[in-house]
Amino acid sequence: MPRLLFEKKGNAVWISHLDLMRMFQRAFNRAGLRLTHTQGFNPRPSVSIALPLSVGIESSCELLDFQLEGDAVPNEEILARLNAALVEGVKVLAVYDDGLKIKNLAYLDCTLSLEYDRGVPQGAMEAIRELFSREELLVSKKSKNGVTEQNIIPMIRSFEIAQKDTNTLFIKARVCCQNPSLNPMQLCSAIEEMLPDFSPDFAKFSRNEIYDFQEQIFR
Amino acid sequence: MTELKKRILPRVQKPARYTGGEWGAVKKKKEDVNVRVAFCFPDTYEIGMSNVGMRILYGVMNEMENVWCERVFAPWGDMEEQMRQNQLPLWALESQDPVSEFDMIAFTIGYEMSYSNILNMLNLSGIPLRSKDRAGLKNIVFAGGVCAFNPEPLADFVDFFSIGEGEDITVEILSLYDKAKRAAWSKEEFLTEVSKISGVYVPSFYTPVYNQDGTLASVTVREGAPETVTKRIIEDLDSAYFPTKMIVPSTEIVHDRANLELFRGCIRGCRFCQAGFSCRPVRKKSPEVLYRQAVETMEHSGNNEITLSSLSTSDYRGLKELTDQLIPYSAGNRISLSVPSLRADNFSRELMEKLQTVRKSGLTFAPEAGTQRLRDVINKNLKEEKILSTCARAFAGGWNNVKLYFMLGLPTETDEDVLGIADLVYKVIQAWKENAVNKKRGLRVHVATAYFVPKPHTPFQWEKQIEPQEYLRRCKLLKEHFYSKSIEYDYHSVELSTLEAVFARGDRRLGAVIEEAVKRGAKLDGWDEYFDYGRWHEAFEACGIPEAFYTTRGYDEQELLPWDVIDVGVTKKFLLKERQRAYAGQVTPDCRHGCAGCGANALLEEVACDA
Repeated sequence: MPRLLFEKKGNAVWISHLDLMRMFQRAFNRAGLRLTHTQGFNPRPSVSIALPLSVGIESSCELLDFQLEGDAVPNEEILARLNAALVEGVKVLAVYDDGLKIKNLAYLDCTLSLEYDRGVPQGAMEAIRELFSREELLVSKKSKNGVTEQNIIPMIRSFEIAQKDTNTLFIKARVCCQNPSLNPMQLCSAIEEMLPDFSPDFAKFSRNEIYDFQEQIFR
Repeated sequence: MTELKKRILPRVQKPARYTGGEWGAVKKKKEDVNVRVAFCFPDTYEIGMSNVGMRILYGVMNEMENVWCERVFAPWGDMEEQMRQNQLPLWALESQDPVSEFDMIAFTIGYEMSYSNILNMLNLSGIPLRSKDRAGLKNIVFAGGVCAFNPEPLADFVDFFSIGEGEDITVEILSLYDKAKRAAWSKEEFLTEVSKISGVYVPSFYTPVYNQDGTLASVTVREGAPETVTKRIIEDLDSAYFPTKMIVPSTEIVHDRANLELFRGCIRGCRFCQAGFSCRPVRKKSPEVLYRQAVETMEHSGNNEITLSSLSTSDYRGLKELTDQLIPYSAGNRISLSVPSLRADNFSRELMEKLQTVRKSGLTFAPEAGTQRLRDVINKNLKEEKILSTCARAFAGGWNNVKLYFMLGLPTETDEDVLGIADLVYKVIQAWKENAVNKKRGLRVHVATAYFVPKPHTPFQWEKQIEPQEYLRRCKLLKEHFYSKSIEYDYHSVELSTLEAVFARGDRRLGAVIEEAVKRGAKLDGWDEYFDYGRWHEAFEACGIPEAFYTTRGYDEQELLPWDVIDVGVTKKFLLKERQRAYAGQVTPDCRHGCAGCGANALLEEVACDA
């Protein structure tokens, strides 16, 4: 199945996963690219997004699989026509004839900006670094069966923290993104839960790259 | 977008409704225009973006080179809380600029329950509520929409009203404002000049005088202002502006589809229906124009659903011609075509069956009353046999879902009429038993009754609303006569319909009540989550104005009515005659079977009424 790589930035980060799917379906229509439809009682256009992205997170590595009806359209043309039909903030970066199997998608790189309005507190960076170097870090996670505790350490592949400016700490981490997956927002929740004195006033997240099990870039 | 907004957005539900940036939204440079309009819809984004009128006027205004029109919606409660906590004033979506920076603030008002939102939105913008407290040309507030047919409850807050269809008058108003701003007129000068535009009502030029009993004694009209304001209409809909480049929301809205308006006006004359009278005369669009606009709209928006809209779609003469073209186009492009407001005639039944290939929706009937006698009183020419034969055919075709809508408290209604509803519902169930092809799935009959609200500019504009307890008694009576498990029965809340009735026929004294209720926290009254009648009742008491004056009292035929200043084309004499015919149980045939002489054709200069 053909696949495209796109970014979601700016205002578009507030569009939810389901709304984004709907938006893409319409963008394909506007671009004059006819999607095939699923069989069944309620046919749906065949588009699927590999990893749902939480509202508010920007990303430059989103994958969307699609299937077109009729004669083949060159990839460059799909890219150009879609980009002319998409809203500001959503941009197709590349179109591929085929992609790796989604089940081989294993890790993602994310960044967190922790903003402290009254300046980064003394010792915050060290304390956070220490927190994520522990053997076990239990963070509460809301699931269908209520709130459960989850040890997030095994899902963190790498973790770096640096001070960006007087008000901002910058975290770069590589985390599991499938079975089980770690939502980058949980890194921030862990800080809020375990180190309340170092809770940021606001945190910004972004998803930067995705990898397979061998930590090769996944497309 | 400011850092503050970025911080607030993650804390609210559905943030995409506050950010703008949708496909088709109009961006201009503020330096390039002279008039900036904040076009406010006094309800949430999901409701407002579904409104065709707003889409049309947004396009009309932005077609003007000197004007940039942006959209503003009422924030949901969680967002309002964040805004108030952070002193963040209400903003317009396109530029994200505060509403208070705009030259003109326009409201389109389609529903009485949104009155509190109008005040709340002004308040959230930091703009004084009362017209008299806003000096100068900036932040001129004007309003239109069907509620403007009785503008009086909002007269204290709105600088002027635009009455009727807005395609032409809005351009005239904005052009005048453009000129006024360049010449630095005072607000007073502008209002004087704008009142000379046909269809504009400047409430401050009209001073009501009341009798001891609270009824209207007279209205003093300022020299130069028209005695009555006649609504504006578009004569030729084919050449009128239509927004084929519609905005496509990035988040789901209530009516998430393209909308094609077939014609305006209605030939039916159901005596309770405000739209049926106030939207006259009948003017159609040609099928060729509609088809072209449909294709353009779908290509530009990428929507996968389109709906044909009008007050009574089966009455559209070009329906066959249009659907003959649209059905294959839709099927070929996987577009779902929906055609609501069909009557139970043969062609419509065939059409429904053809549309079924796209998607099977439910059957909906609005008999409004349970007996033929009462249906004659309200002039709803829907016969029981028609309902039953259509249901039978639909059940045989595999449908097993019916919705039936009624009103309780109609003039002359008795318990026999109420029980007539139960009877009719049983006959529908019987028809299913006799005709259903797949009985395993079971039948669902959804019955809903509304509490009748008399509306201005209808033959029932003088009627009493029945007492709330009496309405509830009739609901209970009906409920006791529903025995089948297939029936799901809902009835409208007393409080909401009472408030709707008050504002529908309200006068200018209600301004104080609305302001008081908003002070007490009234907002989003159309939403169960927020509607609190207690607050409203306290406001009525605080202002010394009883609700019953506007609801159960009824209006005398000799009484000067608050909305008499507005002329919708249909004469008062005709409405009175229709009222008398209602009480005599006489039906008035639809306009196509002979003109009943409502008077609305006098609004037309170039074309004849297309009834």
